[in-house]
Amino acid sequence: MMADQERIIEIEVLRYRPEQDDKPVLQTFEVPFTDDMSVLQGLQYIKDHLDGSLSFRWSCRMAICGSCGMMVNGEPMLSCKTFLRDFHPGKLRVEALTHFPIEKDLVVDAGDFIDKLESVTAYIVPAEPRELAEGEYLQTPRQRDEYEQYSSCINCMLCYAACPQYGLSSEFTGPGVLALLHRYNADSRDGAKRERMEIVNAEEGVWGCTLVGYCSEVCPKNVDPASAVNQNKINSTLDYFTRFLTPRGGTS
Amino acid sequence: MQTSRRRSSEPIFWSLFGAGGVIVAFVLPVVILITGIAVPLGVFPSEVMNFERAQSFAASWIGKLSLLVIISLTLWHSVHRIYLSLHDLGIQRRAIYKWLCYGVAFAGTVAAVVLLLRI
Repeated sequence: MMADQERIIEIEVLRYRPEQDDKPVLQTFEVPFTDDMSVLQGLQYIKDHLDGSLSFRWSCRMAICGSCGMMVNGEPMLSCKTFLRDFHPGKLRVEALTHFPIEKDLVVDAGDFIDKLESVTAYIVPAEPRELAEGEYLQTPRQRDEYEQYSSCINCMLCYAACPQYGLSSEFTGPGVLALLHRYNADSRDGAKRERMEIVNAEEGVWGCTLVGYCSEVCPKNVDPASAVNQNKINSTLDYFTRFLTPRGGTS
Repeated sequence: MQTSRRRSSEPIFWSLFGAGGVIVAFVLPVVILITGIAVPLGVFPSEVMNFERAQSFAASWIGKLSLLVIISLTLWHSVHRIYLSLHDLGIQRRAIYKWLCYGVAFAGTVAAVVLLLRI
């Protein structure tokens, strides 16, 4: 089919305008689209031509920024990476990311996620600080392989919308942040593992996970948070039983 | 997020769950195949399971140990899975469920030890 041939698709959008809606309501729009249009572009069409009050987050349009995560037919997806043609001739339903409070329409309050992200020291604390004149912190390709996939996280929160445990209790640190924590703990240049292990070891740390694994399925960047969490269940168990044996009390 | 984090005691139960998982995956199917299918269907002769044989197996230390490992770790594995599944089903984690689940495994382990020692 020609890419510029226009068709019409029905998009149901979950609206919530706090000043006028008591609770979220669905609103249907008929959107003309071409083969190369993403769900995000469909929403932009609605905002530009049908209803300027529709609110949603977006920035890069190419699965890098992690802003446009939403539920598309009940599954957490990046709307820029999902195409309207795949739903035609059926319709699609677009809703705010589940498990997060809605601020307006498709915009959620990400405060809880941000707080968690800030709590895990998601940056390298040099194990052996070096002066600038001493040059770079060197690492072998094998050492880099230990953490590389976990460094692809774009904080889009799709895994939080996928995680039933986070949905049941937001106390759970959650897949994305634990994967990012692992990214730094597994980095040979880092020296802050001891502090991060306190988060891992807690009830709200890795032990909130029951290995459902949906987080790894929905990740648009092929990060495997379920693997990171389970590697850290092993780390936490070793830490639990060896803390009495090691001079530093484990977490080394 | 809360600032004071309590270390979880889960590693104890998770270790038992993991060890039990190995037993449930590799040993239990063989036990079921022999005792539940092959002998009753006559694939193996019924003498394999006759009383004297079974008793002499359970009377030896290696037999006692094998039976204890199979019974106890299978219990710990199962109750942990049930406990976590309760949460998956949306039933709040409460101490009573934890005591109930792990209590069953603990009681089963104690019973197995006592009964095996009396053989």
